[in-house]
Amino acid sequence: MADTPFIARGFHPKRAGAAPNRLPPGQYETRDFPVLSAGPTPHTPLSTWDFTIADSSGTAIRWTWDELQALPHDTPTVDIHCVTKWSKFDTKWEGISVDTLLDAARAKGIADGQFVVAFCDGGYTTNLPFADVTGGKAWVAFGYDGAPLPPEHGGPARLLVPHLYFWKSAKWVRGLRILQHDAQGFWEQLGYHDRGDPWREQRYQGDP
Amino acid sequence: MAITIAAIRGVSSGIRATRDVSEARAVAAPARLEWRVAHVVSVRDETPHARTLVLDVPQWPGHRAGQHVDVRLVAEDGYQAQRSYSIASAPESPNVELTVERLDDGEVSPYLCDVLQPGDGLEVRGPIGGYFVWEIAHGGPLLLVAGGSGIVPLMAMLRHHAAAPREISARTAVRLLYSARTADDIIYANELGRLAEAREVDVQYTLTRTAPADWTGHRRRIDRPLLEHVAWPAAEGARAFVCGPTPLVEHVATLLVELGYDPLQVRTERFGPTGP
Repeated sequence: MADTPFIARGFHPKRAGAAPNRLPPGQYETRDFPVLSAGPTPHTPLSTWDFTIADSSGTAIRWTWDELQALPHDTPTVDIHCVTKWSKFDTKWEGISVDTLLDAARAKGIADGQFVVAFCDGGYTTNLPFADVTGGKAWVAFGYDGAPLPPEHGGPARLLVPHLYFWKSAKWVRGLRILQHDAQGFWEQLGYHDRGDPWREQRYQGDP
Repeated sequence: MAITIAAIRGVSSGIRATRDVSEARAVAAPARLEWRVAHVVSVRDETPHARTLVLDVPQWPGHRAGQHVDVRLVAEDGYQAQRSYSIASAPESPNVELTVERLDDGEVSPYLCDVLQPGDGLEVRGPIGGYFVWEIAHGGPLLLVAGGSGIVPLMAMLRHHAAAPREISARTAVRLLYSARTADDIIYANELGRLAEAREVDVQYTLTRTAPADWTGHRRRIDRPLLEHVAWPAAEGARAFVCGPTPLVEHVATLLVELGYDPLQVRTERFGPTGP
């Protein structure tokens, strides 16, 4: 960081004992799983839930809940990092790799792109580079710690992109729109970073 | 209070709907939010567990009621800790005030509450957040629901309301429902009492643990009858801001939607338990 740090007089940190190389700058470890949402929690019945991938030409592929469940499951164990400063280690998820979904999308003639926008129940959106949701780095997750993902944590399903700040792991996700140009999502329009790499501390617009 | 912005929101099922954030777009600054060393002008104990820091922030760009700042503490050896704190002062205030609740096992809040003194410097950057904000121009009626130190960003809204010209503030009715553990835990009690002297401001408390013998407020966790009693009827089209611990916010936000509030008019900010 280019800033010259200002030493806080009399600050003697407790250090929670986290392995320093697992904590991105400015983060601290929590054992809890805080809930972070801008509004009420939506409750979409599984009977009407579906997941869509669409490209900019309007070509789309859609899965019902049961169709999605029939795809091969992954069970990633990952560290997650929230822009509000907490990090949580070794979180255990169950979901479908976005690679699996994109393979099926390509077979339907849906073109790859440079960016995606995840869209969600309630109108929440977030933008991500295409490369950040491919190559085994992103999932549509519906299980957490051996149980169905609770609604307040994004259930029935949320995006899981653990190498980016956790607002990119959009709760209540219903699909991905593939774009050739970046288009800011909800928090990004409100001043949060377009990529959000915690290791580069890309919290807000204008951060490196 | 240590706050949580970040992630996500939602309601209903219009998957193509895009939330209107145009109100806030104008303040999304493309320039980097720089760390600034604020000068601690004074400190003020609000309750046995909460202290207000009055800061003079050089080149402060101004803020809107409901926004927060990041605070960074750097130790001699370079170790750093960061947290987010809501701004308690009105945009009209010359200083930036933060009210911090002391978490005894915390790393940052005990420093801010017990070690930091007037004359010290404190690194901050902000303001941050553009969704949990209210401006007098947005109008009302306004419903504010606070749990514990969740009162802090709502206090900025109340102070902003009180700072408006009388003919404008009188047109904007405000109701606050504030849930605290005990009477001693009520932050800003005296000032809230003064604000409630305005005819358009109604302040109601509920205590969840113990109440004094002469207590005339409510004595229970917020439930549906209490919320129905305090909240504007849904048909009034009120804007609701709910801030506090996650269980309170989940409960109140869900109840408001059940009472007919438009989910897009129920804005929430949740905190804790977020560890040290």
